[in-house]
Amino acid sequence: MKSFKALLLFLTLTLVLAACNFGGDDSGNGGGEEGSSSSEGSDGKTINLSIASDPPSFHPALATDTTSGAIMASVFEGLTRLDPEGNPEPAMAENIDVSEDKKTYTYTLRDAQWSNGDPVTADDFEYAWKWALDPENASDYAYQLYYIEGAEAYNSGEGSADDVAVTAVDEKTLEVQLVNPTPYFDELTAFYTYYPVNSKMAEENPDWHTDPNGENYIGNGPFNLESFTSSDEIVLQKNDDYWDSENVALQTVNIDMVESESTALKMYEGGDLDYLGSPFNSIDLNALDKFKDNGTLNVSDQAGTYMYVFNTQDEIMQNKNIREALTIAIDREGLINNVTKGEQEPATGLVPLTMEGFEEPEEYFEPGNMDDAKAALDAGLEELGMEDPSELSIALSYNTSEAHAAIAQFVQQGWKENLGIDVTLDNSEWQVYLEALDAGEHQVGRYGWLADFNDPVNFLEIFKTEEGNNNTGWTDEEYISLLDQASQETDEAARTELLQEAEGVFMEDFPIAPIYFYTNLSVHEDKVKNMTPDPLGNVQLKYVDIEE
Amino acid sequence: MVKYIGQRLIYIIIALFIIITATFFLMRLAPGNPFASERTVPPAIQESLNEKYGLDDPWYVQYGEYLVNTVQGDFGTSMKYRYRETNDMIAEGFPISMTLGLEAMFIAVGMGVLIGTIAALFHNKWPDYLMSLIAVIGISVPSFVMASILQYYLALKAGWFPIAGWEGFIYSILPAVALASTPMAFIAKLTRSSMLEETNSEYVKMAKAKGISKWVVVFKHALRNALLPVVTYLAPLTAGIITGSFVIEEIFAIPGMGKYFVTSITNRDYTVIMGTTVFYSIILLLAVLLVDILYSFIDPRIKLRGGKSGGK
Repeated sequence: MKSFKALLLFLTLTLVLAACNFGGDDSGNGGGEEGSSSSEGSDGKTINLSIASDPPSFHPALATDTTSGAIMASVFEGLTRLDPEGNPEPAMAENIDVSEDKKTYTYTLRDAQWSNGDPVTADDFEYAWKWALDPENASDYAYQLYYIEGAEAYNSGEGSADDVAVTAVDEKTLEVQLVNPTPYFDELTAFYTYYPVNSKMAEENPDWHTDPNGENYIGNGPFNLESFTSSDEIVLQKNDDYWDSENVALQTVNIDMVESESTALKMYEGGDLDYLGSPFNSIDLNALDKFKDNGTLNVSDQAGTYMYVFNTQDEIMQNKNIREALTIAIDREGLINNVTKGEQEPATGLVPLTMEGFEEPEEYFEPGNMDDAKAALDAGLEELGMEDPSELSIALSYNTSEAHAAIAQFVQQGWKENLGIDVTLDNSEWQVYLEALDAGEHQVGRYGWLADFNDPVNFLEIFKTEEGNNNTGWTDEEYISLLDQASQETDEAARTELLQEAEGVFMEDFPIAPIYFYTNLSVHEDKVKNMTPDPLGNVQLKYVDIEE
Repeated sequence: MVKYIGQRLIYIIIALFIIITATFFLMRLAPGNPFASERTVPPAIQESLNEKYGLDDPWYVQYGEYLVNTVQGDFGTSMKYRYRETNDMIAEGFPISMTLGLEAMFIAVGMGVLIGTIAALFHNKWPDYLMSLIAVIGISVPSFVMASILQYYLALKAGWFPIAGWEGFIYSILPAVALASTPMAFIAKLTRSSMLEETNSEYVKMAKAKGISKWVVVFKHALRNALLPVVTYLAPLTAGIITGSFVIEEIFAIPGMGKYFVTSITNRDYTVIMGTTVFYSIILLLAVLLVDILYSFIDPRIKLRGGKSGGK
């Protein structure tokens, strides 16, 4: 009897262990592929990258993040594509014809094909753009298409698809009507929301994008998505049918999902990864000094601003002088050298330095000048009927994260020491924080904006209306009128001037305290060539090369 | 015994119902919204999302639907990864987490009992002190620290193991050891103290007096009884390994399920929260049941009975 029980126990255990899984079939395949790709490795160049988690979407119109964006830019291609410096060049479009009033764009498509052999047609663009605008499909980034006549109305449920002014004139000609002259429209068409979708296939299989391994997952970009294993890896293979495939150097791209930055760092140091940095895994902050010392760290300006937004509807924060005092009293140099350490640029304005006409930082105030700050503080206190700064108590909110906490503590200490103001810190989870900001429950809140396209409008527009992403509650007639004028202006220089003026009007009121402009930080193995992020933090795998 | 198990299964269902209900309401009471996005979306889109996921229905309708779906085992589509079904996430992630967990439990129990037994047999001699030292280190070093240390020295510096990933048995060794270190130390302590108790008991003395060899006494008689507290510890150990696996899976980039369990909450990914919670609850409740059944194998004094009327 006893031995029977022992046998039973043993059998159960064997059964359980037999059910064990080390990635099972998937990893078996993965391993095999790796084996075969390295055996043909003599002519096939392979790069190993990592991202933090599964891309939230595999549909170009549903993607909203840099991770998905990096994959989309490899698997799909829009009318234009950004070159390594971030300037748009014709891609699916062979020729771009812009009308006199700069509001009508006529594209002639090149002879390109989808990975299943179908030709890429103007219909594919019309279909994809209207699909993204359809409110049913709930594309978060549909607003990227609002430059097109009728797009906003359709997306907000007021217009119809037929009124969206994008027309496939014939198979190879696409005509687009814009609301206003948009000098950066060529850049927009390189953005993933503007990518085409194989309309023939998508109409038959509306769920094509939910299975990236399926035969219906069809792209037109320099790479094909070979396999996707959730939380594990994505493998891209060069698309030999791509129109410009002779200029694509990489054969295989392995993208591992590695959530922990310190693990990614160890993998890079151990040679398992060839690159760290935007838009893939970021570099562990603790390693920045080391990479700086050995000279491998690449730093470039990024089109993004880290800021604290003031809630101008708040009892205390409605006072401009208090906002001014707080803004001036942040020691940006000290913060960058001791806390963020990423060689960021101290910010004194809203628009990042990567944008035309804003390359030189405009000194709307003198950062760290405590005399100015105290003068503003005194004026503000008087207006509020207070005598001593200690009567002020300010809550500084941010979303839970080590990096944001370190910055907030540094600022808190500065405000306390230099201005004598009591600051309480208040952090909450991201999804909660977003709602609180939206509802205006903050006094001072952390905010970051990374450009979708490298034009000042992308930043200035945030504060044009009270709705949307403007969490300051600040609006201004003059500001609105300047932006409206700029959107009608066809002369580039005059337009830039209007935009500069608008930034001036904005900063005069201090609805935000700009803190720093982001930088792209990246490191790569010596053998990796042409792999530095552009100002938007994109890397186009199309141009990357490996030289052993 | 069958009756006993049947009764326990009914309790499990009641417990599950309570867990599902509590999770549902706690989840909804927590501030935050799965569709809150950095770039504000037009109301029309927000509405269409809410409609698609049924979030615009009154709470009792949603609650009812959740119950029905849970009974059918269909947890729906993730709200963050909208191309992924919760069921697929569990189906792909769990076997990996389970493999890691079983390996860790195997190490924890095997090594723990071994260390504890050695310590007890050499009571107050150097092996005892050495084993106690190992146990103290194991208990006091958190698993994520252990994981980072192992990863740095054994994988990156020495190159004996891969740094991260999940492509074969060798990838699982470091994570399993890291995950097992604390429970292993705990089991060693448990085994040591109960072994000491047993070796001083009357029946062991009796056995020794009868001239049975030392090893037979230890393994056939003393250890068997000494293992009872260890078996009791198996159920909380399962829970510990499941929750501990999140950190370990993150450090070693293992595509397991622990990640979904935690990130779904910060993402307010309602469907995945429900799916993972219910699934883990079932596993844990079954683990407890299994442990109770195991008792009867190890200790014949314990009889499983179906309630008060259960016969002898």
